[in-house]
Amino acid sequence: MGMILSLVLNGRARTDLVSDNLLLVEYLRDLAGLTGTKRGCDGGECGACTVLVEGEPRHACLTLAARCSGQHVETIEGLGAPGRLSRLQRAFHEKLGTQCGFCTPGMIMAAEALLRRIPRPDDAQIRAALSGNLCRCTGYVKIIESVQAAAGDIV
Amino acid sequence: MKALREPTVGRRLPLIDGIEKVTGRATYTADLRSRALVGRILRSPYAHAELLDVDIADARALPGVIAVITGADCDKPFGVLPISMDEYPLARERVRYRGEPVAAVAAVDAETAERALALVRLRVRELPAYFSAEAARAPGAVLLHDDRGGNVLREVHDEFGDVDAGFAAADLVRQACYRCAEVAHGQMEPHAALAEYDAERRRLTLHSVTQVPYYVHLMLARCLGFEESQIRVIKPFVGGGFGARVEPLNFEIIAALLARAACGTVRLDLTREETFLTHRGRPETEIRLKLGMTRDGRLTAAACEAVQRGGAYAGYGIVTILYAGSLLHGIYDIPAVKYDGYRVYTNTPPCGAMRGHGSVDVRHAFECLLDAMAAELGLDPFAVRRPNLLAVPTQTANGIIINSYGLPACLDRVQEASGWKWRKGHLPPGHGLGMACSHYVSGAGKPIHRTGEPHAVVELRLDFDGGITILTGAADIGQGSSTVLAQAVAEILVVNLDRLRIVATDSAVTPKDNGSYSSRVTFMVGNAAIDAARQLRNVLIEAAARKLEMDVDCIEREGEHFRARGIDGPGLSFREVVAAALAEGGGITVKGTFTVPIEYQGGKHRGGAVGSTMAMSYAAQVVEVEVDADIGMVRVKKVWAAHDCGRAINPLAVEGQVQGSVWMGMAQALGEETRYEAGLPLHVSFLTYPIPTIAESPPIEVHIVECLDPNGPFGAKEASEGSLAAFLPAVTNAVADAIGLRMTELPITPDRILDALARRQREGRIAAARGAAS
Repeated sequence: MGMILSLVLNGRARTDLVSDNLLLVEYLRDLAGLTGTKRGCDGGECGACTVLVEGEPRHACLTLAARCSGQHVETIEGLGAPGRLSRLQRAFHEKLGTQCGFCTPGMIMAAEALLRRIPRPDDAQIRAALSGNLCRCTGYVKIIESVQAAAGDIV
Repeated sequence: MKALREPTVGRRLPLIDGIEKVTGRATYTADLRSRALVGRILRSPYAHAELLDVDIADARALPGVIAVITGADCDKPFGVLPISMDEYPLARERVRYRGEPVAAVAAVDAETAERALALVRLRVRELPAYFSAEAARAPGAVLLHDDRGGNVLREVHDEFGDVDAGFAAADLVRQACYRCAEVAHGQMEPHAALAEYDAERRRLTLHSVTQVPYYVHLMLARCLGFEESQIRVIKPFVGGGFGARVEPLNFEIIAALLARAACGTVRLDLTREETFLTHRGRPETEIRLKLGMTRDGRLTAAACEAVQRGGAYAGYGIVTILYAGSLLHGIYDIPAVKYDGYRVYTNTPPCGAMRGHGSVDVRHAFECLLDAMAAELGLDPFAVRRPNLLAVPTQTANGIIINSYGLPACLDRVQEASGWKWRKGHLPPGHGLGMACSHYVSGAGKPIHRTGEPHAVVELRLDFDGGITILTGAADIGQGSSTVLAQAVAEILVVNLDRLRIVATDSAVTPKDNGSYSSRVTFMVGNAAIDAARQLRNVLIEAAARKLEMDVDCIEREGEHFRARGIDGPGLSFREVVAAALAEGGGITVKGTFTVPIEYQGGKHRGGAVGSTMAMSYAAQVVEVEVDADIGMVRVKKVWAAHDCGRAINPLAVEGQVQGSVWMGMAQALGEETRYEAGLPLHVSFLTYPIPTIAESPPIEVHIVECLDPNGPFGAKEASEGSLAAFLPAVTNAVADAIGLRMTELPITPDRILDALARRQREGRIAAARGAAS
């Protein structure tokens, strides 16, 4: 079954004809062409597909696109602006919070949700907020430093 | 020539491709947008069976199916080692593990491809299957491969020095058996390949997640029956490797076979479950180790037997079992070393190379037994290592030349930083400190293919725009090799990093490279980059000298500016020098190479090439744990890790690599394990394969030790693998310190701790009862 889906993606309204079993991650990658959102597992295991729906972190691989009707969806492509990285993007880049980069978009989106909620999170709050996002490269040490650096940054 | 400029080497620079990664613009294989058919693989539900028939008629007849292939479509076995190519991309005649590819489909969409798979019918005769090395080696076991008797892929027997005399000279001889579970790489990016076949021109382009585009290229040509020139292999951004992708893998060849059969483009994105099934992880290893030691801690002899459950195909297996013995050497001075290794075929997914290839489990056993013996002799764990340190330069008994040795400094650094002297033995109950050491090669000295070519080639291209393009086949898989190469070139050329761009891993454009494994890229490709940059630097200086009508010796640099020494005036801008250089003959390409001299290519004994290298990295670690004896949980509170990487070309990247490898060691030590039930893999998702989350990951304090190697690029050695192995024994020794239990099985999971505690309690009660009775 198909349906008309209207939502706000990275600040811009768009409307698509989608099947009602289409996953949000498929909608983003295949329909909207936003491949920054990664698929790292077979469903809800790794957090690489984390995006924000109404400002809340959500696994795009466990979310039906249809459920986002009328909502604001934000992906890694929606952060920052051309020539101006967001504070988290800049911190992950400069502090080496990213190595292979595959978990990075999801990690940054989960951290973005955290910083909007708690502008100056402590170590335990960072760990709690990112505990659904796996990284195999960094041992998380520089990820924590990146989030701390971004939190200390004046926007 | 004098260069007035802040050096690029030694600076904490972010990755040159970091912006793509943090913005989501980095394109990985699955992100490539292409009108492609969807490929799917049918996998064997049998652990061991004769394939009598693979009936694909119904699948082929399904509307929307473009191609269906089976083992009949490729009769050439492949494998990374020329001496053990024993695997077909799609099984022929026999399947040897659950999950082995049997047939593949290309269809217009995923749903059709999956429906087609369900229509393939297999007719088989099941065979006895073996899921442990012991069962596969038992007398009368059916052979997995007819030419390998006893199901042993390779036996190794080496003895250097007089082991019997060594044990006779010891005051204490101890023996123990250690068992390390099989583990998987768990790189975040699932396997994926995109194959485009140009039917008119008979050309194939493959994009893949590989660490070794060149080896993939060779195997595609072999399995497709093409000339290498008909094939192009491109590695886009890769989401981690750790050894999972250091050999050509079946899905890459299947994608190519499907594209050819379909006369089109096929996308083959594997699920996480299939990525686990493709495997190539570290094998389950059983180690029997015997060490001899004098009263003051001097090692007199070591004897080690290692048995690896290798899985159904060879892969790197021969190298893995050789590494396990070879790297008993090169870290301590041991007068006599004996090694017996057995690599065994079993009906489980094939194992392969994983970070710290071959060395990790044996190092674990060694450092654990050393710790236990030190305790028995009343020696401090640091004190037992210091009398056994190497005096460099030296050549090990198995022929490895060692010119730089930062282990003493690593020991000092972590002992000091961890407060070992005043904290060890004074922590609250249930808390403990442990330490251990490790080492690893900086690139395998002997290449897999003995073509006579250099070990590494880098090209630098300069043209009218004044930009310098680095052309390299070296595969950046997130470890930052492209960044390191750019730093090396910028340093020698005395140019700004933004003047450089790097084009990597496209066989149509970039020079051949053997790939990202054995920690070879910084050392070998780095040296080739330096060679290329020196040549281009000379071209520029000569051009500047011509233009200024001066001798080349009089040319000075101030940043990118060129001027004649002692002469006032504006000098020449970089662009002016480039224009002068190009005036002679247009665009310039220089080629730098690096070859490992023959004396660094290993001992003359059989298998002596494995473990050979030009330089070893060294590591020492202290781990602090808290053990909750009620639930058997080990919590790592902090890690102090010292790593001798020679010159840290990029200290930020070195820290990242060391933290990552220490942490991966923690994952193996405390939780990860791929288990099988009748050959059925139980751990094929991140829910069941417990990669640590940020919540249980400790602070890791990195101490970089720069013991420069005379042959390394700027003195650099490897930084990405050597630290992993030290963690496993360090945490095991810390657990012993905390609760007095010497664990011999990895991973140290809560159930193993609770079992061991219960066993100790039971033995205590029995002893007490015996005491009361007597």
